Amino acid sequence: MAKKMAIIATKGTLDMAYPPFILASTAAALGYDVQVFFTFYGLQLLRKDLSNVMISPLANPAMPMPIPMPVMVQMLPGMESMATMMMKQKLKKHGVASLEELRDLCLEADVKFIACQMTVDLFEFDKSEFIDNVEYGGAATFMGFAGDTDICLFV
Amino acid sequence: MNFDKELNARGLSCPLPIVKTKKSLVDMTSGQVLKVISTDTGSVKDMAAFAEQTGNPLLSTVEENGEFIFYMQKK
Repeated sequence: MAKKMAIIATKGTLDMAYPPFILASTAAALGYDVQVFFTFYGLQLLRKDLSNVMISPLANPAMPMPIPMPVMVQMLPGMESMATMMMKQKLKKHGVASLEELRDLCLEADVKFIACQMTVDLFEFDKSEFIDNVEYGGAATFMGFAGDTDICLFV
Repeated sequence: MNFDKELNARGLSCPLPIVKTKKSLVDMTSGQVLKVISTDTGSVKDMAAFAEQTGNPLLSTVEENGEFIFYMQKK
């Protein structure tokens, strides 16, 4: 029987969007049966349009910057867009797949995406904003699969 | 070494060489050999791990001019 992996994706920033998709697509390639449960800000990763998934240098002291940047500068308007653009350029230069590409690879490999119904309602998300291949469920739905996995991660 | 199919994974980073290797193997038949060319240094360990976990034998790994060439046989 195939091994199983479950991931809970709770973050909606560019840096934290990568681990769930990288691990899910890799595990699927290795023959794992994979489910990802998206909740809270992780729901942003299920939107058809991922252009709002960004990275902020603010309160992110570990982010490598080309020049030292004081917090007072990081908070200026446009800094988030600039940091996001720079990060995307860097990812592209290093041959790292885009989020859209990784997400498509997951779907192609039959990774199952589950959106947390409670947080969809909480944030008043319109389901039409999400990609089609999403199931909706709650914590108990997730446990049904997660309880029987070999790897279970919270991102 | 003879091979039946080639995958050009030059310039791609983790996890793409592995994911694309898996996709390439899907429409091959048992015993056929896939040649993968990668420039990702991480792929050396990852291809060995992929082979071990999926049971597709990694026949050879060579480094040539900064490129890594793998020959993997479909199980």
